[in-house]
Amino acid sequence: MTTDVEITTAVSQQFPSAKPRASLDCPAFDVPAGDVIAVLELLRDKQAYDFLMDVTAIDWSAEKSPRFTVVWHLYSSTKHTYVRLAADCTSDSEPAMPTASGLWSGADWHERETYDMLGIKFTGHPDLRRILMWDAYPYFPLRKDFPLAGLPTELSDADITEEIKTGVISAPMVGGPFVATPGEPMSEAEPRAKDEAWSEQRPKG
Amino acid sequence: MPTDFSYPDAAAKAANASLPKEYDAEKMSLSMGPSHPSTHGVLRIQFELDGEVVTKADPVVGYLHRGDEKIAENMTYNQFVPYTDRLDYLAPLANNMAYAIAVERLAKLEVPARCQAIRVITAEMARVSAHLMGLGAYGIDVGAWTVFMYCFEEREKLYKLFEELTGARFTTSYSRIGGLQRDVPEGWVQKVDAFCDQFLPILEEILGLLSRNKIFLDRTVDVGVISHADAIGYGLSGPNLRGSGVANDLRKDRPYSGYEQYEFDVPVGSKGDCYDRYLCRGEEMKQSVRILKQAVAKFPGGDWYAKDARKIFAPPKDKILTSMEELINNFMIVTEGPQMPAGEVYFEAENPKGVLGFYIVSKGGGVPWRLKIRSPSFCNLSILPKLCVGNMVSDVVSILGSLDFVMGECDR
Repeated sequence: MTTDVEITTAVSQQFPSAKPRASLDCPAFDVPAGDVIAVLELLRDKQAYDFLMDVTAIDWSAEKSPRFTVVWHLYSSTKHTYVRLAADCTSDSEPAMPTASGLWSGADWHERETYDMLGIKFTGHPDLRRILMWDAYPYFPLRKDFPLAGLPTELSDADITEEIKTGVISAPMVGGPFVATPGEPMSEAEPRAKDEAWSEQRPKG
Repeated sequence: MPTDFSYPDAAAKAANASLPKEYDAEKMSLSMGPSHPSTHGVLRIQFELDGEVVTKADPVVGYLHRGDEKIAENMTYNQFVPYTDRLDYLAPLANNMAYAIAVERLAKLEVPARCQAIRVITAEMARVSAHLMGLGAYGIDVGAWTVFMYCFEEREKLYKLFEELTGARFTTSYSRIGGLQRDVPEGWVQKVDAFCDQFLPILEEILGLLSRNKIFLDRTVDVGVISHADAIGYGLSGPNLRGSGVANDLRKDRPYSGYEQYEFDVPVGSKGDCYDRYLCRGEEMKQSVRILKQAVAKFPGGDWYAKDARKIFAPPKDKILTSMEELINNFMIVTEGPQMPAGEVYFEAENPKGVLGFYIVSKGGGVPWRLKIRSPSFCNLSILPKLCVGNMVSDVVSILGSLDFVMGECDR
């Protein structure tokens, strides 16, 4: 069975650009966006990480740069271990990442979801449409600058809009649910009912 | 008297005839769902059909999207527990446990043996109840109504036990970070044992209604075959993966919550068709009962929550009402959430539908910065565009039933 040290040396020998990443459980690497597919292929073909369990991304908030980090989790059905890869998107305004759908068919939907939720374009993806939200939805809801209550938008179907004479409205947040915001000071993180239903007419703050 | 006419010849001639283009069969577009009984919830599949044969299938998911990951980023770890019920709402107890263990891995917290055993018992009961639901619904999909009634009667017995344990039948919210909502009531474990004893013969009877049933075999054998390579490539998990002959079971391969103490087998299929997936589920229920019997036999005493996790698990109510320090502690946990170190963890648990994963990115404090839910149903459905093509629409119903997905978990 390969130990964590062996997999670390195997990856860093082949790819000096891959740096070990802080992790509480499995081996993890920070990889430049350009090398990701090659590292994934190495892990799959040479290190027996045959399952792509998950693809997702993290938004480190609009103030940070690099803002977006895409994360892959691989699992080996023979070694019974995980490995995590992370790559920062070079652009904060137009985040992009090469697609892994050529290596695993399952990456198709994971990448569509990551695009849908966080707006990361996977270059070379065969069919990068929204998957959970409808096709014409204008926002990326898991970005940190998107409010929990949602933003008012048009409905997907013009006929229904005409019938009910309204679009998608923000969730009313006054009186709950009690939500907390991560960050310091701790008194700010205390869960409380907030009104986050701001819009163009009713600005934030 | 010889004749130059036979039906197969006519069909072959028609197929090979170079007819003008206007004689080409027109492809039909058919939308199945989102409110179709055989799509088990709100899945919609946009088909392109040639006659009754599927030439293209595009699943449209997201009708039940509630933004669980966004919600998780906006509340404390404890507040998110009830939302995990609503992922795979047919096995909330298993989701509760997976989420609790994921956060405990982040906090590097070990729960006592009694807590682990209770979690294993509830998770296996949830597995039996989820598979009963899947089996019953599958029976209806392929035309066997009786199975559904039998399964629901057994499931009802389990729900009575859930109610006695958690106070709720459906959305249990039973696990807490570092422990459980409450200890098991007196005599409850014996009732689980009694359920197991009476359940096995009934399970045999239920499976006997299907396993050698000519109609059922016609509908499932060699239908919707998933190859070994496809099952891995699409990241399938649970009985759908094992039906294709890949013996992956995290309870065996990466035991959590004390699964290494129990003896059980991992059933695998040989062909990867709908029938194999059905067989795997049936056998898994028997193995779950085996685990339950063992867990009940050596049910440990001791604490049912982690006593050393003072900043994570709230103290018992009587202490809160009598001790100032415990009162402050409880206040801090409720208002600021359980205090977690900064870091990232990814934990997966073997749930009834497959592998449920939680990826948590913490910056410290009581609220996750990012919480990603890796849902088995979402991954299991991603194979549909490949699996449906070439089948008849009626076989698609059989395939959907055999994949046994839950849209609450797929759409999150």
